[in-house]
Amino acid sequence: MTRFRFTGSPIDTDAARRELLDSGAGGYASFEGWVRDHNEGREVTRLEYESFQSLALTEGERILAEASRRFPVKHALCIHRLGSLELTDMAVWVGVSAAHRGEAFDACRFIIDEVKHRVPIWKKEHYRSGDSGWVNCERCAAAPQHAHGHDHAHQPPAHAQPPVSEEPA
Amino acid sequence: MNSPAAAIYGLILAGGASARMQRDKAVLPYQGRSQLDRAFDLVSRHSVKTFVSVRPSQSTEPTRARKPLIVDSVEGGGPIVGIRSAFAAHPDAAWLVVACDLPFLSDAALERLFAERDPRMVATAYASAHDGLPEPLCAIWEPAAAAALAAFQKLGGDCPRNFLRSHAVRLLEPRDRHALDNVNTPEEYRLAQGALDSTPAANPIQLKIQYFALMREQAGRSEESLETSAATPADLYSELTARYRFTLSRDQLKVAVNSEFAEWSRALRTGDAVVFIPPVAGG
Repeated sequence: MTRFRFTGSPIDTDAARRELLDSGAGGYASFEGWVRDHNEGREVTRLEYESFQSLALTEGERILAEASRRFPVKHALCIHRLGSLELTDMAVWVGVSAAHRGEAFDACRFIIDEVKHRVPIWKKEHYRSGDSGWVNCERCAAAPQHAHGHDHAHQPPAHAQPPVSEEPA
Repeated sequence: MNSPAAAIYGLILAGGASARMQRDKAVLPYQGRSQLDRAFDLVSRHSVKTFVSVRPSQSTEPTRARKPLIVDSVEGGGPIVGIRSAFAAHPDAAWLVVACDLPFLSDAALERLFAERDPRMVATAYASAHDGLPEPLCAIWEPAAAAALAAFQKLGGDCPRNFLRSHAVRLLEPRDRHALDNVNTPEEYRLAQGALDSTPAANPIQLKIQYFALMREQAGRSEESLETSAATPADLYSELTARYRFTLSRDQLKVAVNSEFAEWSRALRTGDAVVFIPPVAGG
């Protein structure tokens, strides 16, 4: 079973959580990213997510493998939603079980940070004012030296109006 | 006196930190394939069985994890620990030890190593074209080296070249002085790629391009098949920007070829599928 997945329908967190159960695990940490009604001072009404799936699945699995290498986790899963999402919908879910809470929290944080930064997923924000824009990746622009196999940084795209940097999730 | 020589197993060293390259050298592509895959196939053509030597922290990295691994007993021990771990796993074997970052290494160079092998020595190795010293990371290491390596490390030794300098080695003069050139920096990598990919790109090739997000909206399509004389993704992006007036500059993008991140300078071939990746925004 792959540990990084996409879904076109609402994420079933109960089923996902059950996949993490382990008699050696003393706890579990999860993160849910939700669709928020504002970003960079603009009123957001909905989001659209799309992905380059064949590479995204590979890169997502790499991130989960890295998390398992860095932290002594029992199980780790990440599920990302694609398509059109409304306010308060869940866009992404990360869950980690581990012997102790510290590594569960740390691995969960690592996974969501890396997924936002590395996996080829894009989101388009639709604004109350009727226009829309593709959200840029703030962390790429802020951390040009971040090393993960690419030697350049993303800069805010010229089309972003205004430059969108706050992260809804 | 002449006991039969030990069977030769292959060991690809892929445990380096790639500090100067600033990216994992094992997965660097040449002609569309990772260094590790190329080295593994080359060595497999000459050895009974082939393994990849890795540090414990690398054992789940996908390019490595697909291969039979010999995992170092300790983290950060360097090549000598990799070689000793191989002897520990298969004490009766001799080991053809090859670093993964030798893009010019050829079948001919390995065949000669086998032909000139002297199993009474601790190793059969090439002399460096640069300083004449033995090259430990393209050499046949005999089983007798195992105990000598243990003694050497106990005395604080950690450099396999120094080990070979102080032991009986069959030393060969290289015929191709670049066969063992290794690639440590981005600039060396660029030059090596150019040397290996120096195929004239005058003939048009057929590519499949997929567009996502902003690129899709600006191109007005989600995919197309294209005939082009662009030799690299960088050339291709220039050509398509002229056509579609893409607003993102190349340094804001990454590029994927055949569903894997790729260099802008890699050679494109007919049938390649190319995706330009604008800044990502998952979560």
